[in-house]
Amino acid sequence: MSAPSLEPEGEAGRVFGLLGSPNAGKTTLFNALTGLRARVGNYPGVTVERREAKLPLGDSNALLIDLPGTYGLEPISADEAVVRDVLSGSVDGVTPPDHLIFVADACSLPRTLPFIGEALHLGRPTCLVLTMLDELAARGGNLDLERLSDALGIPVIGVVGHRGRGLDQLRALLGNPDSWSHPTILPPEDRTDRAGWADSIATNVISQSPARHPLTERVDRIVLHPVWGTLLFALVMVTFFQLIFSAAGPAMDLIDGVISSMATMARDTLPAGWIADLVADGLIAGVGSVVIFLPQIVILFSLLYLLEDLGYMARAAFVIDRLMGRIGLEGRSFVALLSSYACAVPGIMATRTIPSPRDRLVTILVAPLMTCSARLPVYALLIAAFVPDRTVWGPIGLQGLVLLGLYVSGAAAALLVAALFKRTLIKGDGLPFAMELPTYRWPTFRVWASQVFESAWAFVRRAGTIILAASVILWFLLSYPQVDAPAGLSESDAAAYALEHSAAGRLGHAIEPAIAPLGFDWKIGVGLIASLAAREILVATLAQIYATGGDESESLREALQSDVHAKTGLPVFTPATVGALLVFFVFALQCVSTLAIMRRETNSWRWPAFAFTYLFVLAYSASFITHRVITALTASNWLS
Amino acid sequence: MPQADTLDRIPRGARVRVICVDSAVSKSNDTPEAQEARAQADAIARRLDDLGIRKGVALEVIRRAPLGDPTVFELHGYQLCLRKSESSRVRVEPEATEANLK
Repeated sequence: MSAPSLEPEGEAGRVFGLLGSPNAGKTTLFNALTGLRARVGNYPGVTVERREAKLPLGDSNALLIDLPGTYGLEPISADEAVVRDVLSGSVDGVTPPDHLIFVADACSLPRTLPFIGEALHLGRPTCLVLTMLDELAARGGNLDLERLSDALGIPVIGVVGHRGRGLDQLRALLGNPDSWSHPTILPPEDRTDRAGWADSIATNVISQSPARHPLTERVDRIVLHPVWGTLLFALVMVTFFQLIFSAAGPAMDLIDGVISSMATMARDTLPAGWIADLVADGLIAGVGSVVIFLPQIVILFSLLYLLEDLGYMARAAFVIDRLMGRIGLEGRSFVALLSSYACAVPGIMATRTIPSPRDRLVTILVAPLMTCSARLPVYALLIAAFVPDRTVWGPIGLQGLVLLGLYVSGAAAALLVAALFKRTLIKGDGLPFAMELPTYRWPTFRVWASQVFESAWAFVRRAGTIILAASVILWFLLSYPQVDAPAGLSESDAAAYALEHSAAGRLGHAIEPAIAPLGFDWKIGVGLIASLAAREILVATLAQIYATGGDESESLREALQSDVHAKTGLPVFTPATVGALLVFFVFALQCVSTLAIMRRETNSWRWPAFAFTYLFVLAYSASFITHRVITALTASNWLS
Repeated sequence: MPQADTLDRIPRGARVRVICVDSAVSKSNDTPEAQEARAQADAIARRLDDLGIRKGVALEVIRRAPLGDPTVFELHGYQLCLRKSESSRVRVEPEATEANLK
């Protein structure tokens, strides 16, 4: 008996790698072979998703690694090099696959053959899985699997992954890799010679090339039509945005209700004291701040994967690509930025559909500039309190115009910053824009549901822990140290007193000199610190400081309007201060959840730290300029 | 001899055959910038080759995006969209006869 193996389950600990082009059906095959057992992560140092799972093969287990989709083994960017590096075993912590399963779309086999030839040079036992055989037949194409197997010298199996056809045969083959045939002569190594080799095999095995997909042809005549296609694009995007924005509302209200009744229950059952406070206001509220995003995330991914699996996502990118190209991004960034109008968290997760890692990173960095729904309560409070309710022209009111202005400035800033980043910091990686237009097909429920589940679960597990921890820390800052309020204060005044003397309150005082140039006093400072957790908390915190209780109540508005500086007796909320505060919220990244999801999606703290810093600098400068300009305008009676 | 043209200038519906993909011409007095540009052009040519755009391959121009760019091409049994910046590197000639089509 030899020394105990590290993988007692996997006989010989076999590692299979799935290799192939994007859209070849790799992910569908991966899910069909492994079920819902995938471990999803990132390859070290790059924003490239890494998926692997245990592969059950009868009485033994192996490991299946889903390698990123690629068109060849010669990388033209650092991120593409991951496939080559994993295969050569030079990535720390990743076992290089000792067997390769090459996945190729049967309809476009002539294109893929040179890549297969390249893969055979890796010298590992390889089998070829041809997908989309049903589509090939539907398009009148025909090819001879046996001849292909003979020509390549490796086993070839045809599967229809989403219908489960051919899977048993494939499992049997994977269970006995020692029986795999090997090529007797390797394909030519030179590119041109290899292309000739591929062409001769293609002519030999393909008896009938597939015709154009009839349904796709008919549908695309409308979907990509200059007029109807553009209208449909607008319709799909508006519906997409509306559903994320509004359909999630009832579910989010329900979760909110459940969370607050759980907090009340905790207060009622636990003995009064700091433990009850921590559980109710820290832990339960913290978990709540994670779970509250779930409806939006589930809706986003349900729609996103539906559009992707149907084949519409590539078409949408095709329609809008020209405009996005102007700022150095591509069509698929549009969807992510649009989702960010609802919330940057699902928006950033939606960047997974962008194949270029650089474009993806830039989209992630500017997504927080899109006006998310959490800014709305802040804008609503300040606009209602300080912007005069008068009509400007016809039915258009000044308050609405200011709100629109804030939305537009956010989007304009996002596009400008993206263009700037692409020209300076994160230049293109030289990847040409090349996108396949897949044929339309009906998504299968199981594949679609598992993708949605995997994404939602990844959010809860990865981002959730960080959001929870941050919520608890902020709770401590806002509640400690506890100072006994002088006797005789009302309950709400006592709460305001406690808040002023908490760590956050002291911090508010401490940063007052730094924020004074923006026209902010310590109370706004406390609000800014508290709103680091989430922007809408500013409203609740101001309500607590002004001891008014209500969120957007009449009384908080009045309290803000009538607040005066203790020393000077001048109003705290001058037009300049309000303008500066609004502008600050347009730019600043005050959202722990966004930072957490950036960390998860870019696999490092570097990018969230960078985004936070650049957005803070932008917010502070813009806020400062706004304060100065409005002060000057008020002094010259321009705004009276 | 049919006239050669670049792929971005081919009208919709036309069938063409690839002559070659341009990669930048090297010169003896290249600046570092020019060398970098050439390396990138080579990388793009390599990628287009990986996508199946190589000498002798038949292509059909399917349609252009509503805003004029990118364009969808059909080759090797699949549809691929390319921007003008890439398709202008591909030199093509018209399909001579139907018989040339595979």
